[in-house]
Amino acid sequence: MTVDTQTVKRVAALAKLKIDEDKVAATEAEFNKILQWVDQLKEVDTSNVEALVSVNENFLEMRRDEVTEGNQADAVLANAPQKEYGYFAVPKVIE
Amino acid sequence: MTDLTKLTIAEAREGLKKKEFTAVELAEDYIKSMEAKRALNAYVCETPEKALEQAKASQTKINAGQGGDLEGIPLGIKDLFCTRGIATTACAKILQGFVPPYESTVTSKLLAAGANFLGKLNMDEFAMGGSNETSAFGPAVNPWSKDKPLVAGGSSGGSGAAVAAEMCAAATGTDTGGSIRQPAAFCGVTGIKPTYGRCSRYGIIAFASSLDQAGPIAKDVRDCAIMLKTMAGHDAKDATSAKEAVPDFEKVLGGDLRGLRVGLPKEYRADGLEAEVAAYWDKAAAMLKDQGAEVVDIALPHTQYALPTYYIIAPAEASSNLARYDGVRYGNRVDGEHLEDMYVNTRTAGFGAEVKRRIMIGTYVLSAGYYDAYYVKAQKVRRLIRNDFVEAFKQCDAILTPTAPTAAFAIGDENMKNNPINMWLNDMFTVAVSLAGLPALSLPIGLNKNGLPLGMQIIGRAFDEETVFKTAFVLEKQAGFKGVK
Amino acid sequence: MSGMIIKGKTGDWEIVCGLEIHCQIISKSKIFSGASTHYGSDVNQNVSFVDAGMPGMLPVLNEECVRQAVKTGLGLNAKINKYSVFSRKNYFYADLPQGYQITQFEHPIVGEGFVKIELEDGTSKNIGIERLHIEQDAAKSIHDISPTKTFIDLNRSGVGLMEIVTKPDFRAPEEVGAFLRKLRSIVRYLGTCDGNMDEGSMRCDASISVRPAGSSELRERAEVKNVNSVKFAMQAVEFEAKRQVELYENGGEMRQQTCQFDQTTGQTKFLRFKEFSDDYRYFPEPDLPPLVLSDEFVEEIKRGMIELPDAKKERFVKELGLTPYDASVICENKEMAEFFEKAAKGHEAKKVANWLMGDFFAMLNEKHLSLEESPISAENLGNLVELVSKNVINGKTAKDVFAMMAETGEAPEKIVEERGLKQVTDSGAIEKVIDEVIAANADNVAAYRNGKTALMGWFVGQVMKASGGKANPGMVNQLLKQKLG
Repeated sequence: MTVDTQTVKRVAALAKLKIDEDKVAATEAEFNKILQWVDQLKEVDTSNVEALVSVNENFLEMRRDEVTEGNQADAVLANAPQKEYGYFAVPKVIE
Repeated sequence: MTDLTKLTIAEAREGLKKKEFTAVELAEDYIKSMEAKRALNAYVCETPEKALEQAKASQTKINAGQGGDLEGIPLGIKDLFCTRGIATTACAKILQGFVPPYESTVTSKLLAAGANFLGKLNMDEFAMGGSNETSAFGPAVNPWSKDKPLVAGGSSGGSGAAVAAEMCAAATGTDTGGSIRQPAAFCGVTGIKPTYGRCSRYGIIAFASSLDQAGPIAKDVRDCAIMLKTMAGHDAKDATSAKEAVPDFEKVLGGDLRGLRVGLPKEYRADGLEAEVAAYWDKAAAMLKDQGAEVVDIALPHTQYALPTYYIIAPAEASSNLARYDGVRYGNRVDGEHLEDMYVNTRTAGFGAEVKRRIMIGTYVLSAGYYDAYYVKAQKVRRLIRNDFVEAFKQCDAILTPTAPTAAFAIGDENMKNNPINMWLNDMFTVAVSLAGLPALSLPIGLNKNGLPLGMQIIGRAFDEETVFKTAFVLEKQAGFKGVK
Repeated sequence: MSGMIIKGKTGDWEIVCGLEIHCQIISKSKIFSGASTHYGSDVNQNVSFVDAGMPGMLPVLNEECVRQAVKTGLGLNAKINKYSVFSRKNYFYADLPQGYQITQFEHPIVGEGFVKIELEDGTSKNIGIERLHIEQDAAKSIHDISPTKTFIDLNRSGVGLMEIVTKPDFRAPEEVGAFLRKLRSIVRYLGTCDGNMDEGSMRCDASISVRPAGSSELRERAEVKNVNSVKFAMQAVEFEAKRQVELYENGGEMRQQTCQFDQTTGQTKFLRFKEFSDDYRYFPEPDLPPLVLSDEFVEEIKRGMIELPDAKKERFVKELGLTPYDASVICENKEMAEFFEKAAKGHEAKKVANWLMGDFFAMLNEKHLSLEESPISAENLGNLVELVSKNVINGKTAKDVFAMMAETGEAPEKIVEERGLKQVTDSGAIEKVIDEVIAANADNVAAYRNGKTALMGWFVGQVMKASGGKANPGMVNQLLKQKLG
């Protein structure tokens, strides 16, 4: 499979990354080189193979419903680039 | 007193117990070494005061005849482990200034066992890289460098370099596709990636969750065994951590290898394998045979597909794991008029080229229309790769392979720079093991003609680190490798 | 046919609507962390480092959220999936700290089921349930504090949610209303969600399209987001359906879109087209292995299931002789149904129901009291009915006694006893009063005897008045007839 310029831009937008216009062509070429390389997986017959999500064979363990954390707003906010009135502050969200 | 940094953990432990020196003297020697070798760029954050304070507390315990398994042992910590109150950045620009208000489970266990932390170690940005060159702090330098600076390997390059240059008694590392084993091999030290689930991932900054695993890099096999025993264990805070009991790995060291079957996978004699590496491989097999092991040829038929499989799965998980770096709650924000602009500005400025490359690939392979063709396909091949090992372990108890196809290369190597795939090929012997979640140890086997160390990898069954340690201990003795001293 | 037909210029149209309801799970702590779910705490106080999406933090599943989902699934007559898988839904938003929401995608914990709704015309209908899955709630963005900034409070981040998805079975706003009330009643009975739509603990999205009546096609739909009351949901469906009919009839074309409901105008407001459906890049959450429920786990929940509104209602109709309407009104609220059962125990249930739905509801309304605050206990209400049934007091006195009970909270027997309100059933005493009335009203007696039999009522009234309301009305009637001839 190969990707076109539009796809590269769409993927960047999904990942919230900006690719400078003068770098788009190079990015696209590199992307295609990598995809071509991973395309060798197509040779492998996986028709009766179940996807392996995790090598972990145990099932999910659950915890008891107890409140063990909280009242640590200072620690939660300590690394915030911007905070006001105890909230995290970000530039205005527009719909 | 001679330089205490020459001592292994096992030796230092003895010396402390016998009061030949104090924990503070031990820490001071390592601090001196750390400060003297700053040119190696192994540490990205030094915490000597903290280490000394901890060493003093350790000495009090030792004097009282108390103390844990690592009482008074100075360690370096890969910058991927969150350490409470100490900057943790994953060597990423986007996490600049981040100080976690919590401690990773692995480092908590090390602290509880009495270790002291000298500082945070260099690594590839978010552990993505095989040369430590993607670090926001610049590459760690391999202590074996001759005329020009060589890479220390990656992603745990700082850990490899610091242990090799005796800037810490041992270090923590993490391994997603080879990030402990390859730098250990490049730097002539020993490192083990345990079975997936052995060590808790709580507090370790995630790269690829289904692959990430912590482990030690140390001066020898015994020190790795000592470190891993403390680092491992079930943790209720990590739903993927294993419940299997943690054995005393040190106890299995010693004795010959009679009855042990060691497999050599023929597929690992790949094109990129240097002749010297191949020769050492044969030599290592002969050494094991000499010590009573039976050497058998095995097949791992899907080996060649491990790298492309890995480079779909790891970036896919990474693209999601790295979505939280959005400039809202921590890290380096680059402002914008609206939230959307802030996201894009922050992430575009904050991530390096390799990280962006992987985020892009990961986003693509998960996106509508490509998910089945890439991601699900890769997961299916992942099962085939794991099945290969299951089959192989019916014929053998441990597998011996080289760790990397070459020795350490130069920093800024053009061949690597021009094609990211060339860099990824470094992982050709390590990724399959990661995809299968198996334990694997790398130890130095000897020097190549340029005087650079080469590593051998010993792979075991899931949760059978004991066989790995036992085999490695014998091979280590036979190889008689001497580090940079 | 209960569906609503929209009369258009070109013909009749019908509504096709499905709902997605998000119900906040009642649990002490969040679904993947140990922070409190308490509503209304100070900003960012109920936040763990997991909820804040801090680097290296991992989710751990809360057992109670799973139990509540299974319980709700059973309440929806749905299939419980013993194997379910958590997935990540990837998108960037200020109130989504991880950059993804942990939810269930391909393998939800609850599969298909149905909910029976009763309609005004006395018919009922089953609404199909497609699935129920569990996931984490988002944080809250506050847009109105600052003109240039959005503020984020993470308290809600990670609260457990059940997302219930119906089949597109709704054909009228009335059905939507009946369903939401029934669902709210079920979750409240079960104690799995408090069902408060105005506080946002139950939120509804409606998917609305129209088609020519009788056709089976499915046309492009509009998704109306976050409608926060039953009334608004009904309004939104009606408005949006009519809008679409008008659009089609004016030659317009409907495109898949997302809308918002404006409470002040009762109209839906266009937000955006969904041409490129959002690419959420779902993939299995690598931090959480598959959730596998044991048979015992599910059986234990089944054993603990309480009687739900439908079953209770049926029992009240069959065993207690209530009308279906009365039964469904009483059963909508679990506390009310329990109050009724207690009151009706050993007494005439139908009469208790009449009292409950008449004077009792009116009294609570008038006094602005909740059921728990009622001055009249269930037992006392039952005993009042019993006093009437046993002819201890007559119906009129009962009303007075009820009013006194509402004032004082005293038992009816005590009121009747202390105030001498027992009805007179001694025929001699009643005859004496009748004789007096006859003697004092010769004119009317004559008129009656001349055929003006309608005066009987007037005579009864006079006798009752003279007896202070205590005479047994039946006996008064009978004796009067005898004496007047």
